Amino acid sequence: MKKLKAPLNGQDIAGLKMGEEVLVEGVIYAARDAAHKRMVQAIEAGQDLPIDLDGQMIYYVGPCPAPPGRVIGSAGPTTSGRMDAYAPLLIERGLKVMIGKGSRDKGVIESMQKYGAVYLAAVGGAGAYLAQRIVSAEIVDYADLGPEALLKLEVKDFPCIVAIDSQGNDIYARS
Amino acid sequence: MRQVNVEEVKKSVEGAIIEANTNLPEDVQRALQTAMATESSASASRFLQIILENAQIAACDKMALCQDTGMVVAHIELGQEVHLVGGQLEEAVNQGIRDGYLRGYLRKSVVNDPFERKNTGDNTPAIIHIHLAAGDGLRITLFPKGAGSENMGQLAMLKPSAGIDGVKEFILKVVREASGNPCPPIIVGVGVGGNMEKAALLAKHALLREVGQPNPRPELQTLEEEMLNKINDLGIGVQGLGGDTTALAVNIETYPTHIACLPVAVNLGCHSTRRITIEV
Repeated sequence: MKKLKAPLNGQDIAGLKMGEEVLVEGVIYAARDAAHKRMVQAIEAGQDLPIDLDGQMIYYVGPCPAPPGRVIGSAGPTTSGRMDAYAPLLIERGLKVMIGKGSRDKGVIESMQKYGAVYLAAVGGAGAYLAQRIVSAEIVDYADLGPEALLKLEVKDFPCIVAIDSQGNDIYARS
Repeated sequence: MRQVNVEEVKKSVEGAIIEANTNLPEDVQRALQTAMATESSASASRFLQIILENAQIAACDKMALCQDTGMVVAHIELGQEVHLVGGQLEEAVNQGIRDGYLRGYLRKSVVNDPFERKNTGDNTPAIIHIHLAAGDGLRITLFPKGAGSENMGQLAMLKPSAGIDGVKEFILKVVREASGNPCPPIIVGVGVGGNMEKAALLAKHALLREVGQPNPRPELQTLEEEMLNKINDLGIGVQGLGGDTTALAVNIETYPTHIACLPVAVNLGCHSTRRITIEV
């Protein structure tokens, strides 16, 4: 199975096809609704972002608190559609991979085609399983958002499927 | 008359809510195993296997099945012969939830206000329904319901002329529009009849019924089977990735209604629909 590790370039992305199963490795950033809203507000205000998005991956997740001896609590993907309003601007800023669950809107898919990005689906509701594939977690910014803080995660053998590729092929549009 | 101290309610709720969030009910696990045996898509089978493995890990490690540990719905059946002492029942339920979410390392997902949206920090308040019953029992069903599936529910006030075909069409429309978002394979809870809020409550109640336990009325059982087949024929599949398994069950509940009404509500439950019932 193909392994994906950031930073990724346009060629890496172009080689990923809808329906292909992949394993994500290395650093991914965790952000969901509130963190997206702040990042987009920062870009619109001309401010620097807490992370450089170029070639990076964002995982849509708001994990459970880490139990003693664990790096993170349950940590499966959240519904990606809620990030549709914010994603195109981040893709324009160099974001290459989004990881979540469920379909995306036309605006996101068009941005993915224009700038070369992919959307991966992780197994929704498999939070305990996926937490075992996360080897480290630290808060990067927005700590006041609690479960919605911006996190830097390191993952190993994190299973995903290419749900929408950079040519605009959409697994959710088949049924 | 039986006297119950609400302190007992608080303690029971604290333990039960951790249990509910970490243990996938057996009926749901069985249905997932059955689905895996018949699923023809390789990716969908792999995802089902991960979902089942997830349930094992969650139970062994006492980890939440899903990071969305939900907003808690509490259905309380309170016997008329029970005399509650030691405080308020609803406050005791909320305190039990507060304590359980802290002790169980469960995510706090409740915001104080739909507009201000400040996290309350303890996953309360719960949504509490109290129903008076005969006898001196006190039964509480806790249902931590995640938003991925909850957001995909819909309600329609159909015209009675729409009839059973209109109801079928609406159920299919809701499932089709939900696509992969509610974490299929889903459990489809349907409430038909009553009025607006009664239909919604029936749909939620329908999700509490075990998978594989049909409606006792034969004509409704037939309707449940028909809708389950039609939904699985949509091909949405596990997590919306295509395949044979979109729903594990369709549970339909009905109630008398007004001569001018045909309300129908559809509440979707994800593949980790978790609920627990305790007696205090």
